[in-house]
Amino acid sequence: MKLSTILRHMREGAKNIIRNGWMSFASMSSMFISLFILGVFLLLALNVNAMADQIESQVQIRVYLQLNVDQAKVTELQNKIGNITEVSNVRFVSKAEGLEILRESLGKENEDLIEGYENEKNPLPDSFTVEVYDPLTIETAVAQIEAVNKADEALPIAKVKYGQGTVEKLFTITNVVRNVGFVVVIGLGITAMFLISNTIKMTIIARRREIGIMKLVGATNSFIRWPFFIEGALIGIISSVLTTVVILVAYSQFVDFTETDLALMMIKLVTFKEAAGMTALLLIGLGTLLGIWGSTISVRKYLKV
Amino acid sequence: MNVIEMQDIWKTYADGTHALRGVSVRIDRNEFVYLVGPSGAGKSTFMKLIYREEVPSKGQISVNGFNIGKLKPRKIPYVRRNIGVIFQDFRLLPKLTVFENVAFAMEAIEAPRRVIKRRTMEVLELVGLKHKHASLPAQLSGGEQQRVAIARAIVNNPSVIVADEPTGNLDPETSLGIMNLLEEINFRGSTIVMATHNKDIVNSMRKRVIAIENGNIVRDEARGEYGYEA
Repeated sequence: MKLSTILRHMREGAKNIIRNGWMSFASMSSMFISLFILGVFLLLALNVNAMADQIESQVQIRVYLQLNVDQAKVTELQNKIGNITEVSNVRFVSKAEGLEILRESLGKENEDLIEGYENEKNPLPDSFTVEVYDPLTIETAVAQIEAVNKADEALPIAKVKYGQGTVEKLFTITNVVRNVGFVVVIGLGITAMFLISNTIKMTIIARRREIGIMKLVGATNSFIRWPFFIEGALIGIISSVLTTVVILVAYSQFVDFTETDLALMMIKLVTFKEAAGMTALLLIGLGTLLGIWGSTISVRKYLKV
Repeated sequence: MNVIEMQDIWKTYADGTHALRGVSVRIDRNEFVYLVGPSGAGKSTFMKLIYREEVPSKGQISVNGFNIGKLKPRKIPYVRRNIGVIFQDFRLLPKLTVFENVAFAMEAIEAPRRVIKRRTMEVLELVGLKHKHASLPAQLSGGEQQRVAIARAIVNNPSVIVADEPTGNLDPETSLGIMNLLEEINFRGSTIVMATHNKDIVNSMRKRVIAIENGNIVRDEARGEYGYEA
């Protein structure tokens, strides 16, 4: 193909968007709306996913020590547990701290329940709070901690707790939430595909006469197809970029606006920076592909004259 | 030399209609041929076979030396570039200007832009519409639209022009203008095959007349008359 012909196709493709103003507007609107809904759900899914991650990462192991363990032993155990590959962090919680935490969780009304158990009378053991890198390896970490205990003749660890059963349930729930988000996004993506390609098909059906005339004057099939290809791609790019900009601007406003309120509820939204790349890539990529796909498929039908 | 040659052409459509029943004819270079006959006689099929909108069910047809019936789909556009087609309903692209409608046919054959511009203006001048090159078809009268369609048909210097009732939608005076234009184009070297129901035009021009009835050629006269009551 000559360079002048390629330029002609680009010019023609761009001009056709303006010439078929209303039809282009219809295609772009349908694409904008579909991609907008898809984008909103994508952001929702991203956030749900991030929250699931957050919840999972809060899963901790509590290691309770025997009452008679001395300071040197505590340091030794802390080092040993800290050296386990799966473990990311070990924090020592003294019995006094433990009592304070208990007091807080009981609340003001029930505070008197533990009155008189301060200092020497504190019945609580010293403990460690252990965090792991990957919540799914929590059981391995627990086994390792128990191994550390057995290696020591004094058996200084009284109990290892990590919410057996509860953790597994939590993981099931977070997985379901993730999968539902994924399926919703895929489903919306497919719906958008049909909606958009149908609109584009309609606009091209309206132009089958035009295609017929092109064939009559001796235009080759590829000559006819190219401007439609470019037109479809342009419609796809323009509307998806527009959608992406609108969605991301709205999202960044939303994140800023709700930051303080949500922080109080211990919820942290995915930041604009984290969300922008994925959203832009998916929406613009899908939009462009759909624009091209819709127009190419539809033109092919009318080329067989 | 024969530009169009048909040998025992039959055309049966999918619904069983026999549009042509064994038509044989030769049309020489630079001839001007009127195709007459009642509606549904097979005139349109005859013309569609020439520009390969239809293929014959039986028989051989060659146009400019190409065997039309056996043409590979890939080659069709190249054969059509040597055939200009004019319709009763003009078939212009409504959203393109007069200039763009004509230039389009040259873009399709990938002519250089400079050449397109010069040649398009040249044919627009020939059909008398140079001053309206920037108008849209809807802003033109019927006669003017047909002139644009003619300009489009001749812009690539085709050896054959096929016109299916080009004056069918026009008043007598405008029709006369269109006929003078076609005569001029014929004079410049193109073969013209024109289907028409216009008795006055056929009788005043005295060109070759081929009459088709019921799918057969019933009359072929070198300086013929319309031969039907208008």
